Amino acid sequence: MENNNNHYSIETKDLSIHYGRFTAVRNVNLKVEKQKITAIIGPSGCGKSTLLRAFNRMNDFVSGSSVTGEIFLHGRNLYSKHVDPVEVRRKIGMVFQKPNPFPKSIYENIAWGARINGFKGKVDELVENSLRSAALWDEVKDKLQESAYALSGGQQQRLCIARAIAVQPEIILMDEPASALDPISTLRVEELLQELKKNYTILIVTHNMQQAARASDFTAMMMIDDQRAGGVIEFDDTKKIFTRPTDKRTEDYVTGRFG
Amino acid sequence: MNQKTDSFPEGSDFYSALKKRYRVASIWQILFLSALFVAMISLTALLYNVMDGAFGYIAYEYKNDPSEFTFTPVNELSKEELLTILQNNLSAGAYKKLDAEQAMPTRSQADLMNLFLERLLQIDTKQTWSMTESILQGNEIRQEAKTNYPEARIEFRSWLTPQFLVSSLSSRAEFAGVRTAVLGSLWLVGIAIAFALPIGTGAAIYLQEYAPKNWFTAIIQTNLNNLAGVPSIVYGMLGLAVFVRLLEPFTSGGIFGLTDANGRTVLSAGLTMGILVLPLIIINAQEAIKAVPDSLRQASFGVGATRWQTVWYHVLPNALPGILTGSILALSRALGETAPLIVVGASTFISVDPDGPFSKFTALPIQIYQWTTRAQSEFHAVAASGIIVLLVLLLTLNASAILLRNRFQRKL
Repeated sequence: MENNNNHYSIETKDLSIHYGRFTAVRNVNLKVEKQKITAIIGPSGCGKSTLLRAFNRMNDFVSGSSVTGEIFLHGRNLYSKHVDPVEVRRKIGMVFQKPNPFPKSIYENIAWGARINGFKGKVDELVENSLRSAALWDEVKDKLQESAYALSGGQQQRLCIARAIAVQPEIILMDEPASALDPISTLRVEELLQELKKNYTILIVTHNMQQAARASDFTAMMMIDDQRAGGVIEFDDTKKIFTRPTDKRTEDYVTGRFG
Repeated sequence: MNQKTDSFPEGSDFYSALKKRYRVASIWQILFLSALFVAMISLTALLYNVMDGAFGYIAYEYKNDPSEFTFTPVNELSKEELLTILQNNLSAGAYKKLDAEQAMPTRSQADLMNLFLERLLQIDTKQTWSMTESILQGNEIRQEAKTNYPEARIEFRSWLTPQFLVSSLSSRAEFAGVRTAVLGSLWLVGIAIAFALPIGTGAAIYLQEYAPKNWFTAIIQTNLNNLAGVPSIVYGMLGLAVFVRLLEPFTSGGIFGLTDANGRTVLSAGLTMGILVLPLIIINAQEAIKAVPDSLRQASFGVGATRWQTVWYHVLPNALPGILTGSILALSRALGETAPLIVVGASTFISVDPDGPFSKFTALPIQIYQWTTRAQSEFHAVAASGIIVLLVLLLTLNASAILLRNRFQRKL
């Protein structure tokens, strides 16, 4: 049998993220379960996005940023010298806050990521499957060669999800994926999350308490300490976080008395 | 307690204050309008000044009367008639020489007409008048010309003719043209852009996408901005020292087996112009690259692209219209530059078209400058026509920059 570790997809160990001398996120220890949705909540500026971006090394592009501690995927530290960040981003996909499709056709948006990563199969099939997984196929199947910019905001965001799926990652990071969308589009994205978790591990940052409560299995509550560094103050089943939180601050936050 | 000072004005106080506010506003508006007015007047004056020189009355004499050669009025001579006249009246040696330069039957009617005017009739310009004089004092000018030059013919002439565009230089204003200068200028900007566009774009990509932001790159950036403001004559000195002298074996074509050339070639001048516009192109390209939204780079990195793939597939295609627009504007600067060309040795009188990078050359601004320094007033008219050609070239370049930008923008 496989060992215990395989129950988890990705783990952080004493992870701290710094910008220059300033510590933005301090000592995070998370064990993210496979094929579950883990939400990261907390007030603005507590380092949720910073933490999320550490998982696929997107913070590398911020000059002056550095990381201490470790993030393990299959027992390998993603920040070890022997790991190439390009490989990390291929395995850990990302969906951003604002829909950011490439200024190309719908088809190209999906196919490009696969192509540059050396995909050898049938691209047409990959495009169709990815769009189906993102519940977008029926809406765009007749206009694959049209510009992705012609789609609505909600469709664009699902296209970005399809684009992330197309390179077949294990984990998908989502940074407030529905914050720029209207309520109906938001609902469709949330429904989509439930479908996606059958195949992917999902980490989602959200400002929306209801969304976290509705859509996630686990919730990490973040808060800044007296030195303005963010940290995870409570991490548990979503149900427990929203009904019987152990930390007073979590209770204040999820009930809307704070933040 | 402080009710009075803390409150807003009411009633008549409010209206008198409002009146004052409107008065201040209208004073500023009038100032801005007059600024626009001054700018418009300057531009109009510039255009008018050029036009004024390029058209007007001309009084000329033929040393030999046309009736000695033909009975058809000079203006109505066909190509065939001209050919026969030239064949019959030019000395056999002279005809053979002309025929060897370019076979006579293949020459254009305008070309043959010029030969007829120059060699046989021997046209001699007595006086020229500006467009304004010609329009306002037409009768007086005709009177004056009659008394001063009883033999002269007088007519209203445009110096900007198709013949002017295709003729090479001439020591006679009547036959001077800009072909050699236009070709020289085209070679010049062609070489400049071929040199500066790839290097400038490459440098801009490195600075924007790869270089870390530290004190060293900050110094480079500041120096680039300063370089863009260095007087062009300084670039001319650089070109003279490096391209004309130091790299003479290369720029003269010596290492390619050409023996009769020195370093004062269109290649040296083009490279000098390239260096001159390089900072402009780098800065423009940087701005274009900066304008590509970061979200696009993140999207690209997010699916596992390398930095090079991100730059090549997303940043560059989206920055390209901006880069091209900036480059074309930089080119129009190169097209109008005169000082560095004088230093690197543009020829002021040359009637042979440049036919390669190692040719001697002249350029439009050089030629215009040279014509304006001539004493004869008819050369000033030629210079004015040359300026119009230069302006049209510049406007064409700028217009194509705008078209290019719009075309690419629609594609997104």
